[in-house]
Amino acid sequence: MSPTLWPDVSFHVVSGKGGTGKTTVAGALAMALARDGRRTLLMEVEGRQGIAQLFDVPPLPYEERKVAVAPGGGEVWALAVDPEDALLDYLEIFYNLRRAGSALRRMGAIDFATTIAPGLRDVLLTGKACEVVRRAEKQAADAYDAVVLDAPPTGRITRFLNVNNEVSGLAKVGPIRNHADLVMSVIASPRTAVHLVTLLEEMPVQETIDGVADLQAVSLPVGGVLVNMARPPKLTDIEMNQALTTGLPITEIEQGLHDAGVTSDIERAANVLAREGRDHALRVQLEQQESTRLHTLDVPVLQLPYISGGIDLSSLYELASVLGDQGASP
Amino acid sequence: MIPEALHVDDILDDPSISIIVCTGAGGVGKTTTAAALGLRAAQRGRHVCVLTIDPARRLAQAMGLTELDNTPRQVTQDTGDGSLHAMMLDMKRTFDEVVEAHADPERAAQILENPFYQALSSSFAGTQEYMAMEKLGQLHTQPDAPWDLIVVDTPPSRSALDFLDAPARLGSFLDGRFIRILTAPARGAGRGLGRLAAAGFGIFTGVLGKILGAQVLTDVGTFVAAIDTTFGGFRERADETFRLLQQDSTRFLVVAAPEPDAMREASYFVERLRSEDMPLGGLIVNRVQAIDVEIMTAETALAAAERLTHDAGDEVLTARLLELHADRLRIRERQQHITERFTGAHPGVAVAQVPALAGDVHDMTGLAEIGELLCTPAPG
Repeated sequence: MSPTLWPDVSFHVVSGKGGTGKTTVAGALAMALARDGRRTLLMEVEGRQGIAQLFDVPPLPYEERKVAVAPGGGEVWALAVDPEDALLDYLEIFYNLRRAGSALRRMGAIDFATTIAPGLRDVLLTGKACEVVRRAEKQAADAYDAVVLDAPPTGRITRFLNVNNEVSGLAKVGPIRNHADLVMSVIASPRTAVHLVTLLEEMPVQETIDGVADLQAVSLPVGGVLVNMARPPKLTDIEMNQALTTGLPITEIEQGLHDAGVTSDIERAANVLAREGRDHALRVQLEQQESTRLHTLDVPVLQLPYISGGIDLSSLYELASVLGDQGASP
Repeated sequence: MIPEALHVDDILDDPSISIIVCTGAGGVGKTTTAAALGLRAAQRGRHVCVLTIDPARRLAQAMGLTELDNTPRQVTQDTGDGSLHAMMLDMKRTFDEVVEAHADPERAAQILENPFYQALSSSFAGTQEYMAMEKLGQLHTQPDAPWDLIVVDTPPSRSALDFLDAPARLGSFLDGRFIRILTAPARGAGRGLGRLAAAGFGIFTGVLGKILGAQVLTDVGTFVAAIDTTFGGFRERADETFRLLQQDSTRFLVVAAPEPDAMREASYFVERLRSEDMPLGGLIVNRVQAIDVEIMTAETALAAAERLTHDAGDEVLTARLLELHADRLRIRERQQHITERFTGAHPGVAVAQVPALAGDVHDMTGLAEIGELLCTPAPG
């Protein structure tokens, strides 16, 4: 087991290109962090109810709910944040304006407000996450050991997190400005880590490399790169080379099929297997190139295996333990 | 349930079809699909313009999209009698152009400098979607345009539906009663509203001012006043684009990958298109695990592999190849199951499946190959 990678981090932001399995990885990370009796909160902000689908529970309301138990008695809680509710929360906490807030909601005014103020929506969402994170330092009863945010995709993550910059065009002074400053004091601190999920394919890897550069350019703390759906190579280096040049040895494969007790159509079967072996070698070769590119980044790279049967709760446990073995657990 | 095969070539060859919209969840290969469809249509004699939103760098280079001037450029590629143009959307520039085209120079300058406009045109959540539709409208009505078919790739929205909603949302927002009252105190705030609603409105502007700061409201006010007198009817433009998408000359192709999330999104989208009376062409499932020949079942392959490793250990090449074969079959089986579930829910929707290629696509040859695979019906 590797040493703990992020011992001081209590806020894990998980981003990644669409289609890379960002929500699944965020769920597995929340599970890994909940190991040995700890309590974590998994949050989503895009109104997709991805967490409910992942943990196979009914759609989540705007309320913290326990969704799973982690190995060693830990608990994973979940919260789906909606900008409207976050605004109502904000009005209540800072202005004691809950009732006015409800009236505004009925009038459709909140949608209006989050629409005319680009950035307001993001500040409210990140603000809610930071409120939960800060419970720990206040030693509140409802504090979590770690908060994992299933965040917007890589293309938007820097803008989403860098709320200071977002609201600077909007409000130079005033409450939202103060709120943004508070949010930034959490997000830009060592207790936060932004992780990027990727596949070993050209486009997601390029987005990851660009994303890391963007985050670093505005001094946001990058955690790790999480390579999802990694499939280990089935061929040795020599066989790889063979497959890509002269082709895999048909006679040897035929002999193998014969030894395995296959009787019919051995020649055709051997040719199909050799062709599939070549496809595999091609893919592995491309993946190795992309992996090399990722390793030029100065951040830890973790691998999660491809789960061929599809993701269910038991595969989440498996992924969590793989992440833990690579140092993601505390 | 075996889906009906989607004949993409029939759509590309139909001269009455002038717009093809590729839509679907992020990361399913929409942009590549749109580019491949455009190239194929051109090779079959159509005069095509591909409007892409955010292509991968190498794909953009392959199509010659190196200059970001927000106008279509001819792609240098032999397409016989057909032709191919391509462009990449610059949302801020498109918005600026709308302003410049509809306002006199002085007022245009005033709008372009407004802080609220700048925020709106570069970061409003729906602007990219709205501008994609705006650009589509422009390309479609451009006089003497050298194309008769536009293939458009929709923005990588957080929800694929945003692009349908954004124009109406932005349109109704800019045109809405709320903003008019809010921003036209001179005209008498709250006039036309009931007294009760007017009181609610007072709370609203008060709270808004408190949260955002009064400056923001002033900026919004100036912006709307400037934009209002010069080109009122944002909503009208949005509605026009919406109607264009409902016409029979448009086809939507929903793009997905054989994964539960992408298919769920596709399902949702199919239902939405139906309820909006938008003509659906069919579903394209990308990156399907190809099985050339099924030489044996997954179980047989694994049993054979087991016998080999039992007798001779892990190093036997054939055993590992058999395991690979079993993997492929299992993935294929799972993907088929996911696709069949979709077809069960939407029996009338034709499906085209595109096998996964070993490498990434970033040149015209690769696009042509994808186009070929798209149009070779292989359902089920």
